[in-house]
This record gives sequence, structure tokens and C-alpha cells, in this order.
Amino acid sequence: MIIVQREDFEVGIELKRLTEGNNEIGGVCSFIGLVRDSPEKESLEAMTLQHYPGMTEKELNRIDDEAHSRWPLEASLIIHRYGRLQPGEQIVLVATASAHRKAAFEGCEFLIDFLKTRAPFWKKEDYGLVTEWVGSLEADNRATEKWYE
Amino acid sequence: MKILYFAWVRDKIGLDSEEFDLPSEIVTAGEFIEWFKTRGDTYAEVIGASDTVKMAINQEYAGPENAISNEDEVALFPPVTGGKY
Repeated sequence: MIIVQREDFEVGIELKRLTEGNNEIGGVCSFIGLVRDSPEKESLEAMTLQHYPGMTEKELNRIDDEAHSRWPLEASLIIHRYGRLQPGEQIVLVATASAHRKAAFEGCEFLIDFLKTRAPFWKKEDYGLVTEWVGSLEADNRATEKWYE
Repeated sequence: MKILYFAWVRDKIGLDSEEFDLPSEIVTAGEFIEWFKTRGDTYAEVIGASDTVKMAINQEYAGPENAISNEDEVALFPPVTGGKY
């Protein structure tokens, strides 16, 4: 399931909902992304996430379908927030459920790697006096490429 | 044609979106970019950073060879950025 929302989410409730009614699931793996302050810069006041409504959902569904075609996943969930977020707030939840742990671990890592390089989200960092758009990270692109090796 | 702008492209042009009439002789995304540049200095500057500006046609990533028409929804934006997690 794909959800793009401004509101925060409750991880416990979401994970419970993910597995409810499916006793074939033997394991759940989850990743939660948080707004991180940069120790190398001045203090981050907030981060604003802009996205492309419509295309975002399309790309996330495509990534989700790809994960299901590569691993025997029983269920998966991506919740991504947008809008202005403070350091420490939750940005994204990715969760995968499968009969055995390997598929859940690998599927979860694949989803977050692809999400970061394919989903149309842009981040603007607010340092009080200075605001700047975050450039794409070479390290993220490499993390995605490894799945094609 | 509807054109949407995101992130610093939106800030630079100063609009979320615009409606244009695409000349009928323009049939590829590459031709569209060349035409778009001629609309004014700001547009040329946005495209001038073309190795960093990406394009989508009808909400799909597009390259210069992709077909384009006046009925399409086009978007111009910088490379996407995941979080720093």
C-alpha cells in the first residue's frame, strides 16, 4: 500500500494493520526515515518536502510492484510525508512482510533505496537566515545502481 | 499544454504551473526544450542548467527522444532528493 500524506503516522498501528489477517507472514522488516540535523552545518530549523502529486503515487506503486516481483512478499507499505517538518520528525515508513526474514530485509532495503532516487520529492532546508534546496546525493544513486549489478 | 515546476525551478520561474500553446511542429521533448528556452531569459537560465533539470511527460520520466503534444502535462524539476536518512 502507498500513502502520501502531510500528517504523521504511528508505526505500531501501521505494522499491526500490515500483518492483520495474514498468518502466512513470519517476519516484518521496517525502516523509518527521520529529519536529521546536519552536525557539519549550522542548526537546521526545518525541512520542507515538496512533491509531484500523481507522479509520486505512480512512481511509488511502480517501485512497490518491482519489489513484489523480486521477492516473495506477503505485504508491503510505504508512507511518505510532505510539507514542513522539524528535526527529529518522521518522514517515511517502509515496511515489508514475508514468510521468511530474508525477503523482508532485502525487499525493505530495495524499496528505500529506490524511493530515494525515483520518487519525485524535493527537500528545502531552512537554517533560519539561509534556505537551500538539497541536491541529489551521489551515494543514493550508487545505492540504487547496486540492485542492477 | 500544462507545465508544472518544482523545487528551485518553481522558485526561479516564480510560478507553480503555466498553460502554453505548443507549436504543432514540435513533436519531441528535445524540440520542446529548445522552444522553451526561447520564451525568455529566466526560461533559458533554467534550461541552461540542463544537466540538472529533469523532465516528465504525463507523470513519467522523459528523455529528449520522447514524443510530446499540446495535450500533455509536462513537468520540469531538479533531480529528486530522498531524505538524508
